[in-house]
Amino acid sequence: MSEPIQRVKSPVRLEYTVSAGRALSRFLAALTEGRLLGGRCSSCRKVYVPLRSVCPTCAAPMCEEMTIADTGTVTTYCIVNVPFEGQTMKLPYVYASVLLDGADLPILHLIQMPAEEARMGLRVKAEWMPPEERRPTLESIRWFLPTGEADAPFDAYKEHL
Amino acid sequence: MKSGEQSKVLSAPYVLEYTYRRSVGPVVGRFFAALREGKILGGRTASGKVVVPPTEYDPETSDPVTELVEVGTSGVVTTWSWAAEPRAHQPLDRPFAWALVKLDGADTAMLHAVDAGDMAKMSTGMRVTARFATERSGNIRDIACFEPETGGRSAQ
Repeated sequence: MSEPIQRVKSPVRLEYTVSAGRALSRFLAALTEGRLLGGRCSSCRKVYVPLRSVCPTCAAPMCEEMTIADTGTVTTYCIVNVPFEGQTMKLPYVYASVLLDGADLPILHLIQMPAEEARMGLRVKAEWMPPEERRPTLESIRWFLPTGEADAPFDAYKEHL
Repeated sequence: MKSGEQSKVLSAPYVLEYTYRRSVGPVVGRFFAALREGKILGGRTASGKVVVPPTEYDPETSDPVTELVEVGTSGVVTTWSWAAEPRAHQPLDRPFAWALVKLDGADTAMLHAVDAGDMAKMSTGMRVTARFATERSGNIRDIACFEPETGGRSAQ
């Protein structure tokens, strides 16, 4: 009898077709035009970006749609030090929650900056891909860049972490 | 898509994939090593039953299973389900049956594919025999599939 087998390859692969739904589809389409589309809840008045059709807290419909600024404040962040397959950024790099000006919930995106300078309250602005390279994905924003403005005070974003 | 509203809904392919390698443990490791040699092993439990594939622990007493015995490479279909539209990476690329096969000398049935060609040729109680893969590496796919036994007649 030969030596027992120690390990077997056991890959798991699930192939989906994901539907974005109507509201998120419009948000994604607007990205190709260089716009961030948000919406205000008719009940709690919070502004959500990406746009959604229904408020996740109130279950009420949005009452107003708007283009949200592509500037914002880093509320929290992480410094990525671990390599993984498909990675496009050079280690270490900064991945952050960015509270866009006028929005009530942050989005997640890359911040192009020296990792050791990352901090809460940092003011940033989106760097868009050239129009011909924009696709219906948040990757149409290449990353956010520090604006050089003074940091936002904690009180300015403490309700939006 | 009928209305203009719906046609604006975006969709995209999304693949979730994990390239796992699994440690199989000492008992299944011997089972797989035997498959590579074209043999099928079962585990002898405390009550004398033969479990195929062998489990690492006795399902009745929870004691470790240490005695492995060779069973036949042919057996009986105890139940089955027809897969009319095989999916990628399944054992066969043409319609086949998933079946529980109780091998000669075994007290339990194991799941595998039966290459019957036609659902009408499948029946509970039919005899099938293992078709081993020509290139074997020590995993369950070393059994390519089972096929209906041809009895005394020569295979066509």
